[in-house]
Amino acid sequence: MSEDVREDELHAYVDGALPEARRIEVEAWLAAHPADAARVVAWAAQNRMLHGAFDPVLNEPLPLNLVRAARRPALGTPLRAAAASLAVFAAGLVGYAVGVSGQTSAPLPQAHLARDAAIAHVVFSPETRHPVEVDAAHAEHLVAWLSKRIGTPLKAPDFSAQGFGLLGGRLLTGETGPVAQFMYQDSFERRVTLYVRRAVAGNQNTAFRHATENGVDVFYWIDGDFGYALSGQIGRQAMQQLADAAYAQLAPTPAGR
Amino acid sequence: MPARPDLIEHLPRLRRYARALTGDAARADDLVQDTLERALAKLDLWQPGSDLRAWLFTLMHNLFVNQSRARRPQETAIDDALDEPVSGGQSEAMAARDIHAALGRLPGEQREVLLLVGLEQFGYAEAAQVLGVPVGTVMSRLARAREKMRQMLAGEAAVKLRVVK
Repeated sequence: MSEDVREDELHAYVDGALPEARRIEVEAWLAAHPADAARVVAWAAQNRMLHGAFDPVLNEPLPLNLVRAARRPALGTPLRAAAASLAVFAAGLVGYAVGVSGQTSAPLPQAHLARDAAIAHVVFSPETRHPVEVDAAHAEHLVAWLSKRIGTPLKAPDFSAQGFGLLGGRLLTGETGPVAQFMYQDSFERRVTLYVRRAVAGNQNTAFRHATENGVDVFYWIDGDFGYALSGQIGRQAMQQLADAAYAQLAPTPAGR
Repeated sequence: MPARPDLIEHLPRLRRYARALTGDAARADDLVQDTLERALAKLDLWQPGSDLRAWLFTLMHNLFVNQSRARRPQETAIDDALDEPVSGGQSEAMAARDIHAALGRLPGEQREVLLLVGLEQFGYAEAAQVLGVPVGTVMSRLARAREKMRQMLAGEAAVKLRVVK
């Protein structure tokens, strides 16, 4: 018989902060105490409303002045370039900073692909409640929606053989237009993200490249009109296997090269 | 020489929190900018390996408190305000607008706790650290914030029902 549930525990229940055993006891308590249950339901709805109202901020273009403010004394780094390249960097993160829309023709080093993908990975993969905009339960809709926004039929690679299931995806904005981010998770709740965007015109197809950005392993490649980058922190070898699987599935003509 | 941490990856969440906290996009980005400037000035005080995100939110909290003190009249006592209709019952007012209005009517210290826990997914102990108060204070503020929000949002729904009818 469980003792009475304390008020704090009702909140911890809503916030997913209870140990499993106690969570089950609290659930039993709620089943027998409708007034408490109603409050818990209302509080959980508040959390969802907060996310609904403010998560869109995560996807907004970053104002240029904030990007500058964040990097100002970037000592030692070769990022001393002009504001324009800062803007390009910012755009690569999650948005297109205002005022730079005229200059898409400047060739971008491919390394930005890895870096942008790694940052997008770091920003979104720790989210526990809303890691994705559209979840995998609506996989078909998700892929159709992202394909439409990117402007070409996309495919979300299947990593089930590697133990990763599709969690969902979201749409970001990058300097070459919309960016699709697919997120996968394994049974240990480790997450990897696949970042897909249009390649800059004139880019050649490339073989895999590997980069480490702030502890995130990124495998990236250009194939046809698209740049792909797979990011994760699950060890380089495991990442390589996933990247191989993605490459094999996404290549338009797998046997032709 | 330790690598300087990159603050950019924290920008989206700092902006989300600031937007919800201030309810105003321009003021929110000003708050983010002040936070970044302070962070860069004090970066030597940050301990590598500790949670940079929590540290940034702590800086933002301190700035927010100082600014709120300067513009105190905004924070009206919520219990007085509860009797008046909130939005005038515009039928197209969506849940998002309701939650904005309700948040704005919470005392700042309760709003902070509600947002750190409910939106930014900080644990109670982390939120306590960010705010510089004991965990017990976080819990009591959270409880009060959630109950007030519940009453306000329920009141809002009642207003709307009346209008629809």
